[in-house]
Amino acid sequence: MLKFPIYLDYSATTPVDPRVAEKMIPYLTEKFGNPSSRSHAYGWEAEAAVEAAREQVAALVNADPKEIIWTSGATESNNLAIKGAANFYSGKGKHLITVSTEHKAVIDTMRELERQGFQVSYLEPQENGLITPEQFKAALRPDTILASVMSVNNEIGVIQPIAEIGEICREKGVIFHVDSAQASGKMPLDLTSIKVDLMSFSAHKTYGPKGIGALYVRRKPRIRLEAQMHGGGHERGLRSGTLATHQIVGMGEAFRLAREEMTGECARIRKLRDRLLKGLTDIPETYVNGDIEQRVPHNLNVSFNFVEGESLIMAIKDIAVSSGSACTSASLEPSYVLRALGRSDELAHSSIRFTLGRFTTEEEIDYTIKLLHAKIAKLRELSPLWEMFQDGVDLNSVQWAAH
Amino acid sequence: MFAPVYFDNNATTPLDKRVLEAMLPYLSDQAGFGNPSSRHDYGRRARQAIDEARQQVAAAAGADPTEVVFTSGGTEANNLFIKGVAAGIKPGALPLHLAISAIEHPCVREPARELARQGWQLHEIAVDNFGRVDEDDYAQALARKPRLISVMLANNETGTLQDISKLAQQALAAGSWFHTDAVQALGKLEMNFRELNAAGLHAMSISAHKISGPKGAGALLLDKRVDIRPLIAGGGHERGLRSGTENVAAIVGFGRACELLRTRLAQGTAELLALREQLEHGLLQLGAIIFALGAERLPNTVYFALPDIDGETLVGKLDRAGYAVASGAACSSANPEPSHVLRAMGVAAELARGAVRISLGSANSAAQVADFLSVLGDTVFKLRRMTALAG
Repeated sequence: MLKFPIYLDYSATTPVDPRVAEKMIPYLTEKFGNPSSRSHAYGWEAEAAVEAAREQVAALVNADPKEIIWTSGATESNNLAIKGAANFYSGKGKHLITVSTEHKAVIDTMRELERQGFQVSYLEPQENGLITPEQFKAALRPDTILASVMSVNNEIGVIQPIAEIGEICREKGVIFHVDSAQASGKMPLDLTSIKVDLMSFSAHKTYGPKGIGALYVRRKPRIRLEAQMHGGGHERGLRSGTLATHQIVGMGEAFRLAREEMTGECARIRKLRDRLLKGLTDIPETYVNGDIEQRVPHNLNVSFNFVEGESLIMAIKDIAVSSGSACTSASLEPSYVLRALGRSDELAHSSIRFTLGRFTTEEEIDYTIKLLHAKIAKLRELSPLWEMFQDGVDLNSVQWAAH
Repeated sequence: MFAPVYFDNNATTPLDKRVLEAMLPYLSDQAGFGNPSSRHDYGRRARQAIDEARQQVAAAAGADPTEVVFTSGGTEANNLFIKGVAAGIKPGALPLHLAISAIEHPCVREPARELARQGWQLHEIAVDNFGRVDEDDYAQALARKPRLISVMLANNETGTLQDISKLAQQALAAGSWFHTDAVQALGKLEMNFRELNAAGLHAMSISAHKISGPKGAGALLLDKRVDIRPLIAGGGHERGLRSGTENVAAIVGFGRACELLRTRLAQGTAELLALREQLEHGLLQLGAIIFALGAERLPNTVYFALPDIDGETLVGKLDRAGYAVASGAACSSANPEPSHVLRAMGVAAELARGAVRISLGSANSAAQVADFLSVLGDTVFKLRRMTALAG
């Protein structure tokens, strides 16, 4: 039995897994204490739950629990990591490196630092969405202090060469931050084997609640940050503010489930995604955005040529998907990520991001394939551009009359 | 099941069952889980839930919905205002001044001290023996034309209330942006942002988990004339003032908690006051010193010390006897230093070390207070006897 709209927007957010919700509820009801209350059992109980969850998050990425700082989400973690490190180490230099396809939380933070006098290099990816270690190395300067490269892109799902970049950064003494909001539970992350200094995590992309995230801060070698949220000195002074026990417990449980179920789940989802890909690529003039191999199994981002973007989104209301990242869906500009890959405005506008997840079924995939076939055919029937294309007209050579 | 009597409501409050009910759909895998920025049904539903919560919070605080900026809590709201205003001011040739009271919570004091480290001149306004802002020192602070001033409406330790309207009017005359941390005040007494705003208040911080709402949500009520830079960048949420996917469940809970406030505020306040008076009567009979007694205070808060009884020791014994209370604020209860609030009030360090705070809530009863006083009497007797034997 299908439930409409069919949810294929797992990269925008995920439902809270019922097993996670079950673990959270007691900390919303009887176990409501403030984890910082040192004087009674309500507080101690809450504190114990916070520390147990910290271990669970650390376990997913092979980190020491002492290296995990709670934040209100990956956006805050990105802000804390980048501003915190840039400001702490600004005596050593003022040059930062990132990629033009990073999430707004990184891009906007970098822009703010530019306003404060830092210089930022925004690397342009190849057509497949990836940057190369050589490209990265070439961008380094003697005054580079920090680099930020996400492990998995939220729009196109491609996986950047984090391990190699980490080696380069460590060798050159550059602090390396990685936004892993879209990576947790979708690919193995082992902080004992990759040389990453700071890593951002989000709960609500991994079947946990919204409003909670974490920042990994390496202790060996010791990475220092300037705190951004001042107050009671929580989280070793790095992030003050009463800890929301229930949200933290939720993130811990979500990450525990991710660790246990990741292998099997990724295999299952990969099969479904590949089924979707196969089903859609027999529609002519269909382009996959981003490298298909170096990509998490959950993501499929496709552009359909000669179909008007808004009409397409309206036509496929039976499925909940995204065209452009959720955080910037309010403005109808073509996705800056797709533009960075070299896609034209039109092709960028007529792209759909399908992101599959834990509760996606084969039935939902098959319905989606049928739906896209039907609607694209219909929309192209109405498209004069499609007609011209079919007649063999080279659209690039046409002199369009102005109105 | 051993459930200690909870007398620590200023640290956090139990969640109202009706708030939990409102939140659950947004913590499920059914229909409420969408990202509010998504353009499909799931997203729209989440967006609507936030809009409704914003109306509820605004209504309870007496603000306009467009003045509500959701944050992850009170600490963040305080940080956002203080640092956000500072970031919007271009440093010129003259030094910049800011003023806060000497009894602010660390989440106002530390951001202010951070600004001081960056070159601002910080004035910590003295208070009298009751913890009220000293008029002369306030006037002196204003004379330096501070760009921003922050004075908390109600103190979390003593419960002392400030006359924010009067302070705001004076600040307005001096041309300052005036902010108040109202985290402890909301839900315990009548307060209206609009009225205070008319008097000269520009911003107010509030928090959900102090009013039977969930942890993880708060708000900065902000006069739109104030230019502030965001603390958290990326995505442009909350009209660019606070980026990041909205914590729908917590915001919905915050809204519902605010809505519940409006129906029970007057009665709730009267009930708390009656319990407080019962408690104070018993404490005075035991020879306790009640800090700020005589000043206008929160109806639920009693901060006291028994001469010669160490606060930490007493609190430990009370916990074992089944009463959850606090010695000093939760946020700094790991810190062995005597309360900075009491020191600012001129309380001797010896006495301050005996400080115990009881903060009542809607779940407390006269019977609990009576039993507590009896247990306290016993405990104090035994502790005094031990001291006498040892001495």
